[in-house]
Amino acid sequence: MDPLSTLWETFFDTDSMREALPEMLTVGLPNTLILAVSAALLGSLLGMLLAIAGISRTRWLRWPARVYTDVFRGLPAAATILLIGVGLAPLGMEIWGPNPYPLGILALSLIAAAYIGEIFRAGIQSVEVAQLEGARALGFSWGEAMRLVIVPQGVRRVLPAWVNQLIALIKDSSLVYFLGLLASQRELFRIGQDYAANTGNQSALLLAGLFYLALTVPLTHAVNWIDRRLRQGRTVTVHPDDDGGPAALAGESALPRPNPTRKDPR
Amino acid sequence: MTATATTTSVSLGVRDVHLAFGANRVLRGADLDVAFGATACVIGPSGSGKSTLLRTINRLIEPDSGDVLLDGRSVLRDDPDALRQRIGMVFQQFNLFPHMSVLRNITLALRKLKKLSEDEAVQLARAQLDLVGLAAKADSRPAHLSGGQQQRVAIARALALQPQIMLFDEATSALDPELVKGVLALMADLSAGGMTMVVVTHEMGFARSVADTVAFMDHGVVLEAGEPAAIFEAPEHPRLRRFLSQVL
Repeated sequence: MDPLSTLWETFFDTDSMREALPEMLTVGLPNTLILAVSAALLGSLLGMLLAIAGISRTRWLRWPARVYTDVFRGLPAAATILLIGVGLAPLGMEIWGPNPYPLGILALSLIAAAYIGEIFRAGIQSVEVAQLEGARALGFSWGEAMRLVIVPQGVRRVLPAWVNQLIALIKDSSLVYFLGLLASQRELFRIGQDYAANTGNQSALLLAGLFYLALTVPLTHAVNWIDRRLRQGRTVTVHPDDDGGPAALAGESALPRPNPTRKDPR
Repeated sequence: MTATATTTSVSLGVRDVHLAFGANRVLRGADLDVAFGATACVIGPSGSGKSTLLRTINRLIEPDSGDVLLDGRSVLRDDPDALRQRIGMVFQQFNLFPHMSVLRNITLALRKLKKLSEDEAVQLARAQLDLVGLAAKADSRPAHLSGGQQQRVAIARALALQPQIMLFDEATSALDPELVKGVLALMADLSAGGMTMVVVTHEMGFARSVADTVAFMDHGVVLEAGEPAAIFEAPEHPRLRRFLSQVL
């Protein structure tokens, strides 16, 4: 057999792919999605707490947030997953038995939180101080102003970066296999790898790769779309003033009369 | 009118207010009196502390010393958030919330702070928008409005909370010249309606025709205050004279 067709068969053997496909669809894909989505939710929640702590005026909130972020962004994802998955295994045993899956989610969440926290913090800090002042002047407390006015704007501005983080999370979920998953817990990568190891043919792994692309490429385009929409949202054409000006306001006094017993008429 | 007629104005007293940011003494014993239902215009050169003085009234900035009185009662020990619900404020840059519709900008505080139901809040907000002539813009985002319209929305947003006093911080300074009139007309209307107002402004024409009191500030103190006629026709303090000769 010539080398080219050997190469072709190593990666594009349709029989191997067909064999792996059902398990990819029924086991691998759901597990990858469960890992990525739950880590995205937990990671975003933790990330928001980190972001708020990171901009706090209290050193005892700011400082731990800083250290956390440095550590979890600085370690290789594989190392963190092993450290959490193996290190916390005895604790996990107490809580949910001999199951590495939740620890995998936890490790992914902790990693994602460090990145997402920085993304959210940058977004929140980009919102003009005037917005906070505007909200406080209406009578909102600092917390209410942050929750209702500042954070929603800040998060909106960094949505593209946040979606990028979800893409990274989908890919990082392939590292959870280190922890030794049950057959039913295997995600896309592990299933592809198992088939490849059993048959010596890489096609199943390539199929897993195609699944990843099917998830991440649309997200990449979603980022671009969101980004474009946000940009367009900002450069709106301001209409020439169809204000009406004073004419619209003249006539009978257009305004509330808080107190009719007013001093001298003008 | 029904939705907004329940407010009662208050008188305002600012007594010997001092404030420093580090070595920068922004307010050095500022005093201001505004009678019940009256309008005071605060004029003066940039950096004289006008905007800072305004912010000590609703305690966006806490003064180092001195007192702020509403109806003769000190408010410095009140809950600041509750105090600010009684004091409306309008900013140079409008400070509308860009991620919400015009209507939502107004209903937000009504729902979350005044605890009105969605329906009540919307009804009140629409009435308030109607009063500033922008009922048709309820569902627009602020960015789709002209500066003049945005400022009128900001005024409507403040008025919807039925404040007892209104503060205006250079409300027309960021507007294109042709949009200034509409906002000033609205403010004049509000003043004529008996709202107690403190207006920091560079619009000398407005100060002259609408204010009951004009206060001239320089270097953190009110150097001279009085009726517009006295301030503009017979200024006493040399610095006020110099200021007027430059702006008029």
